[in-house]
Amino acid sequence: MIHIQLKLFVTLSKYLPENADNLPLADGTTIADLISDLAIPMDDVKLVFINGRKTELSYALQEGDRLGLFPPVGGG
Amino acid sequence: MAAIENRYSRNFETLTPEDQDTLKQARVCILGLGGLGGGVCEMLARIGVGHLTLVDGDVFDATNLNRQLLSREGLIGESKAKAARDRVAAVNSDVTVRWEHCFADPKTLPDLLKDCDLVVDCLDTIQARFDLEDAAKAAGIPLVSGAIAGVCGQVTVIYPEDTGFEAIYGARDRERNRGIETRTGNIAHCANLVSSLQASEAVKVLLNRGETLRNRMLILDLWTNAFEIVDLA
Repeated sequence: MIHIQLKLFVTLSKYLPENADNLPLADGTTIADLISDLAIPMDDVKLVFINGRKTELSYALQEGDRLGLFPPVGGG
Repeated sequence: MAAIENRYSRNFETLTPEDQDTLKQARVCILGLGGLGGGVCEMLARIGVGHLTLVDGDVFDATNLNRQLLSREGLIGESKAKAARDRVAAVNSDVTVRWEHCFADPKTLPDLLKDCDLVVDCLDTIQARFDLEDAAKAAGIPLVSGAIAGVCGQVTVIYPEDTGFEAIYGARDRERNRGIETRTGNIAHCANLVSSLQASEAVKVLLNRGETLRNRMLILDLWTNAFEIVDLA
């Protein structure tokens, strides 16, 4: 079991679980797994970052990671 | 009209006389003159960027009044580019303005960016941003990009040799031209905050001073006061 901090931006914030600051996950959970488990529409996730650095959906989350998901924003 | 003395006196010592002269020589294109572009236009004119190319093919409508600084009730139906020209003339008549009532597309962009040192992306579709990136790279000039949705926003700086928007939006997708702003709308204080950040990045790029958001993106969410810089490289 690991624990991460999850940050969801803009329209994604409605999918934020209650314990997002200390979210327990099974070892080996990938970002794609977590998005699926939280029923977040994959099309609404464009930028994925761990500890302030862009990463891929296949990344396996580690203890203490800070994960951010950001949707496509294009307004002016 | 004669030059107004002391116009820039409150910029010192933050901007040196040499910085001020560099800005006076600079040529900047602002693409899109809505919520973001109106703010960028106002600030770059006031700070003393000497030459502005102001571009938008749209006219004002009532839905612009909630956030766009250039819009006024009396300007509904009028050209945004002409309003921007008039605003710059009113606040800083030392600025040389080229204004174009047209949309930025692969045909118009090469001429619009000609002779510019920098372009500021205040557009409102994702496809147009990719088209602009292509044109800025072809012109060999840096690009300062901002985008908003509701009370959230993003700002980044792209140089010709950088990956650019693909690092933010993924591969080009002509099916998905707009982001989540179609659901959130856009709010005045966020539009003007993000336009301020764009103006700040533009000044730093022109002066080659400070730390820019090149290969990084600042994202912000004003509901939670989350401000985060993401490393895109």
